[in-house]
Amino acid sequence: MGKERVAVVGIGQTKHQATRGDVSMAGLVREAAQRALDDAHMTWTDIDAVVIGKAPDFFEGVMMPELFLADALGATGKPMFRVHTAGSVGGSTAIVASQLIQAGLHERVLTVAFEKQSESEAMWALSLPIPFTPPLHAGAGGYFAPHIRSYIRRSKAPDHIGMLVALKDRQNGIKNPYAHLHEHEISFDSIKESMMLWDPIRYAETCPSSDGACALVLGSEKVADDAMAEGRQPAWIQGTAMRSEPTLSAERDTVLPLGGALCAADVYKQAGITNPRKDVDAVEMYVPFSWFEPMWLENLGFAEPGEGWKMTEQGATALDGDFPVNMSGGVLCTNPIGASGMLRFGEIAMQVRGTAGEHQVDGVRRGVGHAYGGGSQFFAMWVVGKDKP
Amino acid sequence: MPEISLPESLQGVEAVRSVRIPARLDYEFTAGNASSRFLRGIQQKKIIGQRVPGGRVYVPPRGADPERGQATTEEVEVAQVGTVTSFCMVNVAFYGSSMELPYTSALILLDGADLSIMHLIQEIPANEVRIGMRVEAVWRDDEDIEPTLESIKWFRPTGEPDDTNVRIPGEDHGTGLGSWVGGVAPTEALVRNPRTGKGGH
Amino acid sequence: MRDIAIISFAQTPAVRRIPEVNEVEMLMPAIHGALSQVDMTIDDIGFTCSGSTDYLAGVGFSFVSTLDGVGAWPPIQESHVEMDGAWALYEAWVKLQLGELDTALVYSYAKSSPGDLPMVLTRQLDPITVAPLWPDSVSLAALQARSLLDSGNYTEAQFAEVAARSRRSALDNPNAQLAWDRSAAELLGEDYHIAPLRKSDCAPITDGAACVILAAGDVARSKVKRPAWIRGIDHRVEPIHLGLRDLTVSESTRIAGEKAGVADGPIDVAELHAPFSHQELILRDALGLSSDVNINPSGGALSANPMMTAGLIRIGEVANRISAGDVNRGVAHATSGPCLQQNLVAVLEGEA
Repeated sequence: MGKERVAVVGIGQTKHQATRGDVSMAGLVREAAQRALDDAHMTWTDIDAVVIGKAPDFFEGVMMPELFLADALGATGKPMFRVHTAGSVGGSTAIVASQLIQAGLHERVLTVAFEKQSESEAMWALSLPIPFTPPLHAGAGGYFAPHIRSYIRRSKAPDHIGMLVALKDRQNGIKNPYAHLHEHEISFDSIKESMMLWDPIRYAETCPSSDGACALVLGSEKVADDAMAEGRQPAWIQGTAMRSEPTLSAERDTVLPLGGALCAADVYKQAGITNPRKDVDAVEMYVPFSWFEPMWLENLGFAEPGEGWKMTEQGATALDGDFPVNMSGGVLCTNPIGASGMLRFGEIAMQVRGTAGEHQVDGVRRGVGHAYGGGSQFFAMWVVGKDKP
Repeated sequence: MPEISLPESLQGVEAVRSVRIPARLDYEFTAGNASSRFLRGIQQKKIIGQRVPGGRVYVPPRGADPERGQATTEEVEVAQVGTVTSFCMVNVAFYGSSMELPYTSALILLDGADLSIMHLIQEIPANEVRIGMRVEAVWRDDEDIEPTLESIKWFRPTGEPDDTNVRIPGEDHGTGLGSWVGGVAPTEALVRNPRTGKGGH
Repeated sequence: MRDIAIISFAQTPAVRRIPEVNEVEMLMPAIHGALSQVDMTIDDIGFTCSGSTDYLAGVGFSFVSTLDGVGAWPPIQESHVEMDGAWALYEAWVKLQLGELDTALVYSYAKSSPGDLPMVLTRQLDPITVAPLWPDSVSLAALQARSLLDSGNYTEAQFAEVAARSRRSALDNPNAQLAWDRSAAELLGEDYHIAPLRKSDCAPITDGAACVILAAGDVARSKVKRPAWIRGIDHRVEPIHLGLRDLTVSESTRIAGEKAGVADGPIDVAELHAPFSHQELILRDALGLSSDVNINPSGGALSANPMMTAGLIRIGEVANRISAGDVNRGVAHATSGPCLQQNLVAVLEGEA
């Protein structure tokens, strides 16, 4: 009884792009899974169980697609599990997978998250008119833009903060070979000049719609020790947490949701983090619209209320800052919705292992992966580190 | 992996990269008790919410108290005027929308309700919409009223002075429920537990 | 493993169509029924997990709005699976194994009535090679039934016996949708629906919801006199393509049953999630159940089959019988996908 240790021992992702017309859905998930297995020095037969996650099935037009993907994922005769917690799903899927090892049920678990939004119309799937329900007048951006305006009003942040986040993330993304957007010509002025889609959100401050998958191989303490012995640094999971709250409640704060802060407090406690800003070396957080960076900095305890934007403005969150955020380019460069959370979890594990390549930050001993979903109401986080917990 | 090659008869044949497979499924959707009563109210040009135990009023009602998780039954009519709590100006033609660009989509807190509804603001230049602005419902012509929230065409300014103190829910707790003051995490005790009555201010 | 038990189970009465309420309104009586039976509120729950799918009612993110029925304020630890609630229970059981939380709330629900269920289920199939042909779920099951007859192991008369016994058992189940007393011989006189299946061989289409509460060790003992302990639970999957499987057996059920420890003691009762009569016969064989095991005393899925929920109900039905002291050891089974593609098996026991 109790919790067994668990670590990330393999990480894989696809090249993300608007349409991956060269692969089927099965081919997409296998591309990520095969890379994760190769990275872990394992084959399909080494895997005890598969945990898969994705956002709404309407995105691809297949009901419970894990059923038809079971054999492509090498799950025949094994346990296969499907998680769906809206946009946080990539994170929560990895957490559910880690718990199978923590509970002592399995030694090696493959977890995969994907979205192939080009298979259907993502805008259609997100705005499928629900009869008798008031229409969203402008999709996800139209939903979140008023929350961002509330944040700006509350924090008195200057207008350019969102543009600074977009510039930083797009520049980081150029260093990530898997990122969907590689905008070599990006500049502050080009962002400023881009169309104001959902004022205060500009086009260049908005995530793309991507096809892509991410896969992680999680291993028990023994598996991770063996990897370490062969010179492959595991990313030890030092804490995991999830929180949910209702979408439409007169009690909740949509700008700084209590669920997000409780999730962070829980995961820090498990990891022994007492001063998040000091004790955490880097963060991959879920920022689909640029302004969410300062909002989450405050929600996750990295900045005082109303001060998150100052970290952005001062360059603290840049790749060479003292608190790098979204080194991979984040959701602003790559957004296969169901996989976006797992990409955050996987990218921070890469930083901890020192395998992030061109967007690697020096000396990351401990990092935070963060995902959120729904109307800023579902949260999943993990802390990974070089050190065994 | 064994080497796989195409049979000779298929070599040189252009590969199928994708197929388009239209699928159509028809559903008979149920509004539910609370929504049905709300929509019948709309037909009479009334906006009907539900009061949950403890006093909060939700519009449109969904039949459940989201904090307690219990069924709600007490119906109350709310005002057709309210305050803009936040908004965004939309410049992108959105699937299924025939609105003239730009238009304003706003969160509107109706007088007597505790949670904003999302609706359009018209009859004012989009760049003059403000947080705190007072607005009123504009209905379709009587013969066009249907059991849908779209029977309210949009909201327009009432001309009253702005409510500059308007807050969104949660904002009343310092600078927001989920913020860390002095590096200390907020706790569940920060908010009132609707079942035990404990917590909150 | 840590001792985890089912301490409460509630379900809504199964009906063909609940036209007046939406999903959250339908679900709330199940959740609050399960909580109030053990004098608990959501504040006493450590972890919440639900199972549902968007395709049945045709609404994206349906689980997001049904969270309104839980009372997730202050925020809760919660997860959702796009699977039958039996798998939501599995996730909750794993979570409780970690030793940090002592209780979990598990629920699932489905309104199948808004759409044409056999057609909706075609959307589960391979989207390129099979789904475009729209092969409905009953026809696929009929292919499996035909294979079983062709194997010579079972006859249509045996299918009819399962069908007749299930509906007769359902007469004692106030939540059942189909309950009647007709002989197997009479059923055999019916016309085929989709040969070799008759209407009576098929589960009804059902709207409904269910909720289970799990508790660990002493918490469970403090709440109920006789908790139904989960002694083993496992699930396995097979390829979806029917051509890749021997349809006359259920290999995934066999492995899951073995891992769950079905054979480690005598089985008094089994609730098998078999939406078609012939599938019960396949499942009995896969689990190695002897002829004296009382199968589906609730009437099983043939008497009420709320999608995403009928598997969780099987677990709840076995737990109720154990907690009532009627039986000591039982097996519960849940299935998903066409022709028993994915299967979960749980072994439950009363206190020794």
